[in-house]
Amino acid sequence: MLTVAMPKGRIFSEAIALLKKAGYDLPADLEDSRKLMIDVPDEQLRFILAKPMDVATYVEHGVADVGIAGKDVMLEEERDVYEILDLNISKCYLAVAGLPNSQVHDVAPRVATKYPNIASTYFREQGEQVEIIKLNGSVELAPLIGLAERIVDIVSTGRTLKENGLVELERIVEVTSRFIVNPVSYRLKNKAIDEMVERLSHVIERKGTSDEN
Amino acid sequence: MARLFMFEKPLGMRDTLPNVYKAKRVLRETMMNEIERWGYEFIETPTLEYYETVGAASAILDQQLFKLLDREGHTLVLRPDMTAPIARLAASKLYTEGCPLRLAYAANVFRAQQREGGRPAEFEQVGVECIGDGTMNADAEVISLMISALKKVGLCQFTVAIGHIGYVNALFFDILGNEKRVQTLRRFLYEKNYVGYREHVKSLSLSSIDQDRLLQLLTLRGGEEAIDRAEELTQTEAGFKAVSELKQLWANLQKYGVTEEIKIDLSLISHMSYYTGVLFEVYAEKVGFLLGNGGRYDELLEKFQRSSPATGFSVRLDRLMEAIAERKREEKRTCIIFSQERFSEAFTLAKEKREQGEHVVLQHIAGVRDMDRYTAMFDEVNYLLGKAGKDEPSC
Repeated sequence: MLTVAMPKGRIFSEAIALLKKAGYDLPADLEDSRKLMIDVPDEQLRFILAKPMDVATYVEHGVADVGIAGKDVMLEEERDVYEILDLNISKCYLAVAGLPNSQVHDVAPRVATKYPNIASTYFREQGEQVEIIKLNGSVELAPLIGLAERIVDIVSTGRTLKENGLVELERIVEVTSRFIVNPVSYRLKNKAIDEMVERLSHVIERKGTSDEN
Repeated sequence: MARLFMFEKPLGMRDTLPNVYKAKRVLRETMMNEIERWGYEFIETPTLEYYETVGAASAILDQQLFKLLDREGHTLVLRPDMTAPIARLAASKLYTEGCPLRLAYAANVFRAQQREGGRPAEFEQVGVECIGDGTMNADAEVISLMISALKKVGLCQFTVAIGHIGYVNALFFDILGNEKRVQTLRRFLYEKNYVGYREHVKSLSLSSIDQDRLLQLLTLRGGEEAIDRAEELTQTEAGFKAVSELKQLWANLQKYGVTEEIKIDLSLISHMSYYTGVLFEVYAEKVGFLLGNGGRYDELLEKFQRSSPATGFSVRLDRLMEAIAERKREEKRTCIIFSQERFSEAFTLAKEKREQGEHVVLQHIAGVRDMDRYTAMFDEVNYLLGKAGKDEPSC
């Protein structure tokens, strides 16, 4: 039995679609269920549904063997897990944004974000000293209300930024979902995991070539 | 900071309660007995060492060290592992050139935790170091001893993954040319970031053949055949040397009869710079983290001004405890409840039972207020109360 940690929300349906394409026979009601733990005995799989930010934590501690986590989570959490495959789904990127023509505070420029580690590493690499304010969501509010001049957040279509009158200032890094594996499971359950990796990479390659056509 | 409650402990520090203590002691002693049977001798080293020497030489990251200052202002560390202190001791005292030294330890080590629960900051390791023998026989011995000791404590489902840092470095140098580029690529493996590794390889201006060789490295996993595939990829002397070492190692491990537990994995990199040859990690079912690891560290003793090849393993007792869920039944505990006039009788009885190896508590009746609850804690209770000769029924 392989335990798969899945991210709830935006990535979930794309991830399920990918597994189905890879030939895993998953029940149709998987997406509507409110259960947090769902067994699929025919496929020898158990799914656990976690907050996207927590997927890597479950996998690192070994309570899930494998998981699907965004690159943003991997960068922010720096968990000791194998990052085996780029699933190429849920594409977006991390960016710095702010109000147009806003002045950055001279002494203590402030940055609000859900990703304090990524933000602080990024600004340090830019040679800029900033103060990070950690928020848990609706980060776009921060510059509007004057909590911070800039934000670091995920951008997928740019609509949220636009509707709140914010502009993208710098792009930090591209983000896609990754297939991650616990180091112990990678060795002890290598048969089932290698097979899953194999099947998933076939789907990704096929998708990759069809996208280009 | 709010005032501490009296029950609080520093982050990552744990108490060991009686039942856990017993189980731990059984594991420790079983492993120690097996290690001694292989001729290794146990030693102890100080809990505190200098940061500049042992602290800097150890394989543990700087931010994981507990540091403190002594009266002269020297920085001290709580030992983060046992390999560096043993290297210090061997280099300065015990090791005679040309005479392999076999040492072992069972000791607590300390690693500061910043993150979250589930990770103790102090835990016990049992391990060995074989110093002065640079042949593959030493590597095979250390790995086989580890497997043998783990089997002795009753661990059934476990795997040892074996890699070779010399092989990886040879392949990388051959293709990439300089240390800086080698290190960049090696870091992706160390961070277990295969996606980043592949992307980086594809971004390098290399022939498609060389790119493919680098990508193939990730697939060098499996049994003996993985070593043959590794041989096909390498083209340099250093690479062939590593392959022949792995072949020797495998042949030796076969003779030891332990290859069933072993998987070759040449993408395995446990540390950025510490190991110099064969390295390995051991994993067990039911434990999400590494159970133990080891490998060849031929450059460590040089840091203590004595150059010598060396190899060893260490196993974490806390994780071994998790892996072995089934505990043997504890010894029977007996309680003798006595009143003053029958003390000498009670003591004689206790002495007899203790001599037979039983665990016996001798308790004066006046010292117990809740007799029902107290006696419920024991497997057997004997009452020696009232005038001598009037024996109460024991239950």
